[in-house]
Amino acid sequence: MTMMNARVQSASRAWGRWAAAAMALAAGPALAVNDLKGGPGVNQLNLHEPVTNIARDQMWLHNFMLIICLAIFIAVFGVMFYSIFKHRKSKGAVSANFHESVGVEIAWTVVPFLIVIGMALPATKVVVAMKDTTNADVTIKATGYQWKWGYDYLKGEGEGIGFLATLDTEQREQSNSGNPTPVDNYLLKVDNPLVVPVDKKVRIITTANDVIHAWMVPAFGVKQDAIPGFVRDTWFKAEKIGDYYGQCAELCGKEHAYMPIHVKVVSAEDYTKWVEVKQKEMAAKADDPSKVWEQAALIARGEKVYAANCAVCHKADGSGAGPIKALDKSPVVLAENHLEQIQVVLNGRMDKGMPAWKQLSDTDIAAVATYTKNSWSNKTGQTVQPAEVVAARK
Amino acid sequence: MSAVLPPHGAVGGHDGHAHDDHHDHHAPTGWRRWVFATNHKDIGTLYLLFSFTMLMIGGILALCIRAELFKPGLQFFNPELFNQFTTMHGLIMVFGAIMPAFVGFANWMIPLQIGASDMAFARMNNFSFWLLIPAAIMLVASFFMPGGAPAAGWTLYAPLTLQMGPSMDAGIFAMHIMGASSIMGSINIIVTILNMRAPGMTLMKMPMFAWTWLITAYLLIAVMPVLAGAITMTLTDRHFGTAFFNPAGGGDPVMYQHIFWFFGHPEVYIMILPAFGIVSQIVPAFARKRLFGYASMVYATASIAILSFIVWAHHMFATGMPVTGQLFFMYATMLIAVPTGVKIFNWLATMWRGSMTFETPMLWAVGFIFVFTMGGFTGLICAMAPIDIQIQDTYYVVAHFHYVLVAGSLYALFAGVYYWGPKWTGVMYSETRGKIHFWGSLIFFNVTFFPMHFLGLAGMPRRYADYPMQFTDFNQIASIGAFGFGLMQVYFFLFVVVPMMRGKGEKAPQKPWEAAEGLEWEVPSPAPFHTFEEPPKLDASATRIVG
Repeated sequence: MTMMNARVQSASRAWGRWAAAAMALAAGPALAVNDLKGGPGVNQLNLHEPVTNIARDQMWLHNFMLIICLAIFIAVFGVMFYSIFKHRKSKGAVSANFHESVGVEIAWTVVPFLIVIGMALPATKVVVAMKDTTNADVTIKATGYQWKWGYDYLKGEGEGIGFLATLDTEQREQSNSGNPTPVDNYLLKVDNPLVVPVDKKVRIITTANDVIHAWMVPAFGVKQDAIPGFVRDTWFKAEKIGDYYGQCAELCGKEHAYMPIHVKVVSAEDYTKWVEVKQKEMAAKADDPSKVWEQAALIARGEKVYAANCAVCHKADGSGAGPIKALDKSPVVLAENHLEQIQVVLNGRMDKGMPAWKQLSDTDIAAVATYTKNSWSNKTGQTVQPAEVVAARK
Repeated sequence: MSAVLPPHGAVGGHDGHAHDDHHDHHAPTGWRRWVFATNHKDIGTLYLLFSFTMLMIGGILALCIRAELFKPGLQFFNPELFNQFTTMHGLIMVFGAIMPAFVGFANWMIPLQIGASDMAFARMNNFSFWLLIPAAIMLVASFFMPGGAPAAGWTLYAPLTLQMGPSMDAGIFAMHIMGASSIMGSINIIVTILNMRAPGMTLMKMPMFAWTWLITAYLLIAVMPVLAGAITMTLTDRHFGTAFFNPAGGGDPVMYQHIFWFFGHPEVYIMILPAFGIVSQIVPAFARKRLFGYASMVYATASIAILSFIVWAHHMFATGMPVTGQLFFMYATMLIAVPTGVKIFNWLATMWRGSMTFETPMLWAVGFIFVFTMGGFTGLICAMAPIDIQIQDTYYVVAHFHYVLVAGSLYALFAGVYYWGPKWTGVMYSETRGKIHFWGSLIFFNVTFFPMHFLGLAGMPRRYADYPMQFTDFNQIASIGAFGFGLMQVYFFLFVVVPMMRGKGEKAPQKPWEAAEGLEWEVPSPAPFHTFEEPPKLDASATRIVG
C-alpha cells in the first residue's frame, strides 16, 4: 500500500495505518494518498504534530485527560462488568438489601470534585498563555470572506502587504466532478499562502466581511472565529519551517468547505526576501482607478478575475447552475446601463446566494464586468471603466 | 382493550377489561378519538408516533449526509443542499424527535406513576400535541420553498441566518409553535405532578421518572422563551430593519450565540434528564434491588439543572472570550461532571449485589450507562478550553453530542419503550427481536460515531460537504455504520412496534417484570382507558395500592 511509504511520525499514525490496512480489506483498495506534512495524516488518530508551545501543551493536556479518563473508565466499568457477570439471577445471586449510604455518597461526590480540580489546574495555565497576544513581532489581519481569506500585514516586517487566498480553482472543480484525483493537499491548496517568519510571535487579528468564519491551523493550536463587525485576536510562534494547513471552522454558507488556510513558515532571511518581492509586486499592481483601459486589456484581466472568483458558481461558460443565475444572455449583463451589474457585483444579492465582492479592486470589477459583457454569446462590445465602479461605490 | 388501538377495534388475543367498559360510550371513536383526544394515554401515543415519524425523517436526512460523505468529492448533493440537510437533521431530531418523545412518555407514564386520573389540563394537552403537526409540516415543507430549507446549522447563527431565503421565516415560525407546545406541555406536567399525586405519594416517594420530568419541565419553561426571543430578534433583523445581530447596523452576532446557548445548554439537559429518569426506573427493576441513593439522585438531577444555566459559553470558546470568561466557563462546565458522576455511581451501586437479568429494557439501560459515560468523558475533554480550541467545530464535537444524544436520550427512550410497551399495548414484544435491535444498534452506533473522534482530533471541521483525502477511511466506516444503524430502527418499527400495536404477541401480565415497582404496575395491561378515577390508597412506600 502506498500509504505505507509515509514517514512514521508518531505511534498514533502507525496505529492509523494499521486501521487503514484493516479498512482496506473491508472497503477495497486504499487511495493513493499520503500524510500531508503540516496537514492531516492518513487516518490520523490524535491531534496534529505540534509546532508551537501552545499546541504542545494542548497535546499534553489531551493525553493527560485521556489517561485519567481511561483510568476512571477501567475502574467504573470494571465494577459494572464484574457486577454484571457475578450478580446475575441465573448464577443464583440473591439481591442485597442496601440502598443508601451517606458516607459513600459523600465520597463519590468529593473524589470526583478533587479530580476535576486536578484537571483544571494545568488547563488554567494554558488558557492564560493562549490569550496573551502582547509583544507580537508581526501582526496580520485575517479577514473571512464568503469564501476566501484576506490577509493584511498590519505591523512588523512586511507591513502594508495585503492579498487574498483562494482555494485552487481546479481542486474546486475536482470536488464538483464527484471523483477527485487523489492528491495529498486536496481542498487545502491555495493560490497565495500566508507567509510568516519562523520563531517569531505572529499575532493574527481576525474579522469578517459577511458572516462568521473561523481561522484555524491545528498544528499551531489556533482556532479563532472571524466575526463581522468585530475584531478578535490569537497568536502563534511556529518553531519549524514548513507548510501548515487548516480550514474554515465555522459554518459560513455554501462554500464553507472550500476556504482553506495555508501558512508557509520560512526562515528570517527568506521572509525578508519574500517581503521585498511582495512589496514590489504590490507597487506594480496598484492600479490607478482613473486610468482609462483598452477593452482587450480589460477582457484579458477580467478572464483571470472571473476564473478566480466567479467560475465556481457561475461556471466557466457562464451558464450558472440551478438557483445560480446564468450570466450568459443575462439581461443584467447585457444591459446598456452598467450600473445594475456593478451594484450586484459590489453588494451581492444574498437573497439569491450571490456574495458581495467589494473587496476586489475597482479595476478588477470593471475588468470582470467587461469580460462578462463580451464573452460566450454575450457580444455587447461594451467596456466598463474602473471610474464607473468608483462612482458606483459612492 | 388496547389503549393504543381504537376501543372497538379488533385486538387479537385478549379481551377488554370490564373495568372501563362503562366509559366506552363517552369516548369518541375513529378519527375523533385522536383529533379531540383529551385522554393522557391517547395523547401520549400520538406524541410517540409523531416523534418516531420525525426520527425517520431526520434519519433519512442523516443518511443523505453520510452518503455524500462516503468519499471525497460531491457525488449526490451540492454543498448548499448539504447544509440544508445538516441543519434540518439537527432541528428535526432535537425539536421533532427527542423532545416530543419524552413528552409522550410523560403523558403516558406520569399520571400512572403518581396515581392521577389524567393530566391536569386535558384540553391544553390536546392543543400542545396538535400544535406540533402544523409546525412539523411547515419545517419539513421548507425544503420546497424558494432557495430550499434553512441552511445555517441547527444553531441558526447570525448573521448567516440573515442571508437565508424565506424558508428561514418558516423555520422560525415552526420553532415558535413548537416552543409554545413545549411550554404548555411543561405547565401541564408541573401542575399534574404538584397537584394530582395520590394521597401518600409525597414528593420524595415519587418515581424518579416523574422527578426528572418535574425538573425538566421547569428548565423548559425557563429557556424556551429565551429561544423564542433569539429567533424573534433574528426575524426582525431579517424583515423589520432592526440590527440586534446584524453587524452592518451595529448589532453583535456573538450576542446571538450567548442568547442561543443560554437556551441551548439547558436544552441538552432537557433531552437527557428524563432519560436519566427512565434508566433509574429500569435498573432497579432488573437488579431486583431498590435504587441506591434515591435522595442523592434527586439532588444530583436538580444540581445538573441549576448548573446548566451557568455553562452556556463553553460552546463559544473559539469566539475569543476574555481569559476570565474562558476560565469561568471551563470550571463551571467541569463541575457538571460531579453530579453526573454521582448518578452513574448510584446506578452501579444499584446493580451491585443485585440479582440481575438482562431482558431488553435492561440491555438498553446498561448500554445507555456504558455509552453515555463515554460521551461524558469526551464532554469533559471538550470542557477543557485549551483542548476545545483544537476540537471546537470539528467532528470530535459531532461524536461527543451523538454519544450523549443518541446513546443517551435515544437509548433511554428505547429502553422505556420495551419496559412500558407491554403496559401500553397489552402484549409482550419478542425478546429475540428486542435483543437483535439492541445489539445491532449498539454495534452500528459505535461503528458510526467512534471514528468521528479521530476525524475531529485530526482537524476535520463539521458541516463539510467535502473533505481532504486523508479523512476518507474513517468517513467510509462512519457511513457504513450509519446505514446499519438506520436499518436497525426500521427493523424496530416493523418487527417490534407494529406487532405490539396490532396486539400480536404474548399477552402481557399486569406486571411483566418481577421486581418492577410503581403504581403503573398496579393497573392491568394494557392500561385501561381510564385509570385512578378514584385516588388510590397507597402503602407506606407509595409503590402499591392497598385496599
